[in-house]
Amino acid sequence: MNTLITSTTTVILWILANACASAEWHRFRGPEGNGYVPGNSELVTELGKPTTAWTAPLPGRGLGSAIIIGDKVFVSAASGPEQNKLLILCFSDRDGSELWRRSFWATGRTMCHKKTCVAAPTPTTDGKYLYVLWSSNDLVAVDLEGNLKWMRGLTLDYPNASNSLGMSSSPIIADNTLVAQVENDSESFAAGFDLQTGVNRWKIDRPKMANWTSPVTMQMDGKVIVALQSGKGVMGISPSTGSKLWNFSNGAATIPSGAAAGDTLIIPSRGITAVKPNPLGGEPVSLWNQKTQKPATASPLIMEDVIYFTNSAGVLTAADRKTGKRLWRIRMKGPFSGSPVACQNGHLYFFNEEGLGQVVNITGDIGEVVSEFDLGETILATPSISRNSLYVRSDQTLWKFSAKKE
Amino acid sequence: MQLMLVTISIPVSITQMRKCLLITFCAFALTPAGQAEPSPGLPEQIAIIQAVGTEGMGNKEAAAAFQKLSHAEPSSLLPLLKAVEPSNAIARNWLRSAIEVIVERATTEGRPLPLDALRDFLNDREQSPEARRLAFELMLTIDRDTTEGMIPSFIDDPSNELRRDAVSQILVRAKKQLADSDEAAAQTYRQALDAARDVDQIQEIAKAFTEMGLEIDLQKHFGFLTNWKVVGPFHNLERAGFAERFAPEENLKLDATYTGKESEVTWQPLSTSDPYGKVDLNKPYGKLKEVTAYAYHEFDSGKTQEVELRLGCKNAWKLWLNGELVFGRDEYHRGQRIDQYKMPVTLQKGLNSILLKLCQNEQKQDWTVQWEFQLRVCDSTGTAVLATNRPAPNSSK
Repeated sequence: MNTLITSTTTVILWILANACASAEWHRFRGPEGNGYVPGNSELVTELGKPTTAWTAPLPGRGLGSAIIIGDKVFVSAASGPEQNKLLILCFSDRDGSELWRRSFWATGRTMCHKKTCVAAPTPTTDGKYLYVLWSSNDLVAVDLEGNLKWMRGLTLDYPNASNSLGMSSSPIIADNTLVAQVENDSESFAAGFDLQTGVNRWKIDRPKMANWTSPVTMQMDGKVIVALQSGKGVMGISPSTGSKLWNFSNGAATIPSGAAAGDTLIIPSRGITAVKPNPLGGEPVSLWNQKTQKPATASPLIMEDVIYFTNSAGVLTAADRKTGKRLWRIRMKGPFSGSPVACQNGHLYFFNEEGLGQVVNITGDIGEVVSEFDLGETILATPSISRNSLYVRSDQTLWKFSAKKE
Repeated sequence: MQLMLVTISIPVSITQMRKCLLITFCAFALTPAGQAEPSPGLPEQIAIIQAVGTEGMGNKEAAAAFQKLSHAEPSSLLPLLKAVEPSNAIARNWLRSAIEVIVERATTEGRPLPLDALRDFLNDREQSPEARRLAFELMLTIDRDTTEGMIPSFIDDPSNELRRDAVSQILVRAKKQLADSDEAAAQTYRQALDAARDVDQIQEIAKAFTEMGLEIDLQKHFGFLTNWKVVGPFHNLERAGFAERFAPEENLKLDATYTGKESEVTWQPLSTSDPYGKVDLNKPYGKLKEVTAYAYHEFDSGKTQEVELRLGCKNAWKLWLNGELVFGRDEYHRGQRIDQYKMPVTLQKGLNSILLKLCQNEQKQDWTVQWEFQLRVCDSTGTAVLATNRPAPNSSK
C-alpha cells in the first residue's frame, strides 16, 4: 500500500514538475506579466556558445519578445526603408528553422524614433491563435499555421491614434478579450477586442498623453482584472467590459510597466509604489512607497516575495515585496531597455542594450553575476523562458539557449 | 475630419462592392489560355474578402473565405493579385496572406508557380504597385537570375519598391566610378537622382553631390513649397488654440489686420532656402511659446489633378485646401520627418489655396523649441508636382 501511495505521489509530482517545466511564454514578460515563470529549474545558468542551442536570422527589425507555443517560436518584425512591411515569423523550437512567415502592408503610420521600431510590441496568444500588434496600429490574428483569422487597422479606424516616436504597448488576453492600450497625445484609447472576430467589445478614452506601458493582469476578489497604467496613474478595469473598477491617481511612469503578484500591484510611481485594489472602488489601498527607488526603462520583476528592478545607472535592486525595503543592490553593466526575467532556478537573466547577457545568482545574501556573454548586437528586447530554454532577439537574430545542444 | 492616411478608401457601399466584384470577374476573364482554371468559387471568395470594412466589419466572413482560398490552385494567384488594386487596405492584406499560403502549399508539394503569368502581371503597370512587387518577390523564388535581370527596367516604375532596387544598382555603379572620375560619377548620380523617390536614397545622392562640390536643387526635386505668407502670433494657452477658430480661419484676407496674442498682426512673406523646405516660424516671431500662427500658399495647378500634400511637422497643425479641412493633428514634439503625413487631395485647375495652422505648446525643453513645417506637393509615388507659378530657385534664397 505504501509503495502504491509513494508511486502515485511520485507520478503526480513528476506530472506537476513537468507541467511547470513546460510552462510556455504567451505574452510580454511571461505568464503573469511580471517577468517570472515557475518551473524551468534546469534552465541554463551559463550563457555562451556551448549553451547556444541555435540562432536564426531575422529579416526585419523588432524588439518584441519571442512567444513560445508547443514546438514553435514566434516573433514579429518589420522590414523596408520605412518599416512598412510587417512580418510574423514562425520557427521550429527544435532547430530554429523557419517554418513559415506572413507579411502585411502597414496601414498606419510607421514613423518612430530610431532607437525603437515598428515591431516593438510583444505578441500574445491563447494557445490557438497568435495576436500581433505593431506600432502602426495594425492588429492581426493568425492561427499557429499562419492562416489569417482577422485583421484590424486601428489607425484607419481612428486616424489620429499614433505616436510619431512610435508605440510599444503589448496587448494581453484576459477574460476572453484581447486588451490593448493605444495611447498617445492625440486620439488616445484602450480597447477590448473579440478574440474570434477582432471587433471591439469595448473602447474607452484614455489620457491624451504619450504612453509606452503595457496592460497588466492582476487579481481582485478572486477575479482577473486589468490594470491600465499611464502618466496620470493606473486604472483597474473589467477586461470584458472596460468598465472602471478603481483608479490610482498619483501619476505613474510612461515607459516601465507595473507588475502584479496576486492582488498586489507594483507601480513605477513616485519612485516605486505598491497598492492593493479597494473592492469598494475609488483609490486603491497604498501598501508602501519607496521614493528613492526608481525603475528606469526596464519594468520590475516580481519573483515570489522579492521585487527586482534596475535604475538608470544600471544598479539592480532587490526589495521586499511586502514592505518595499531594500534587501541588496549590485551594479550591473547597463543600460537596459529589455526587462529581466526569471524562473525557479535561483537566477535572473538580463541583456543590456549593447547585447551583453548577464546571469545573476540570487540564492546567496546578495546577488552575484555568474555568467556574461556578449551577443555582439544591440538588444532592446525582453527575453523569454520556456521548457528550460531562454530566448532573446535583436533586429537581426533570434537566439535560443539551452543546457544541452539539441 | 476624414481619413487621409491611405489613398484607398474602404469600400462598404453596395455600389463599391459590385464594382470590386466586376473587376474581379474581369480578372478571371483575363486568365491566360492554356493555364489551369482557377479554383471554383474564387470570385465569390475574393468578393467576400473585399467587403471587409472598418472596425472589424466582415472579418468573420473573410476568415471563412480565406480558409477556402488557402486551398486554391496556384493558377488562382493571378486573379488574387489582380484583385489587390480595387481593394481597400485591409482587404489587400487578406489577399496577400492568401497568396502567401497558396504559394507555401504549392512549394511544399513541389507544384510549379505560374511564372509567365506572374511576369505578365509584373509588367502591367496599371496593377497595384504593392501587388506587382509581391509578384516580383514570388518570381525571385522561381528564377532568381532572370528576375534580377529585370531590375534595371524598374528605373521609372510606379512601384517605389521596384524603383528603389533599380536606383540601388545605379548607386553602386556611381560609387565605383568615384574612384576614377568625378565627372562620370556625377552623371550616374544624376541618373539616380532623377529616378529616386525614397528619401534615404535622395539624401545619399545629395551627400555625394555635396562632396563633389556640385549643387543640387532638392527643393524642386521634392516639390517643397518654399514661399509663404504667415500671420501670427495668436494664443495657444493650455493648448486651446488648436481648437479655437482664429480670424484667418473665419475670414481669410491677405490684406487684413487681425487681433493677435498681444498686438495687431498682419500677413507677411516668409520663404525658406532650406534644401528640405523647412519653414521656420521662429525666424519672424522669435522663440515663442503657447502661440499659434497661420501659413498660406497659393498653388497654381495647370490642370485638375489628384496629388498628395505631404507634411512634416512636430507641432500641432491643421491643413485646409481651398477652404476645406483636410486633416489636423494635436501632437507636439514627438518628431518630424519628410512625408510624415501623406494626404491625398484633388487640386483644381488654376489657383488652389493652402492654409496651414501651426500651434506651439508650453514645453520648455531644448528639444521643444522648433516651430516649423515642411510641405510638398507630389503624386502618389513621391514625384514632385510643381506649380505653374513656382518661383525660380534663387528667388527663394
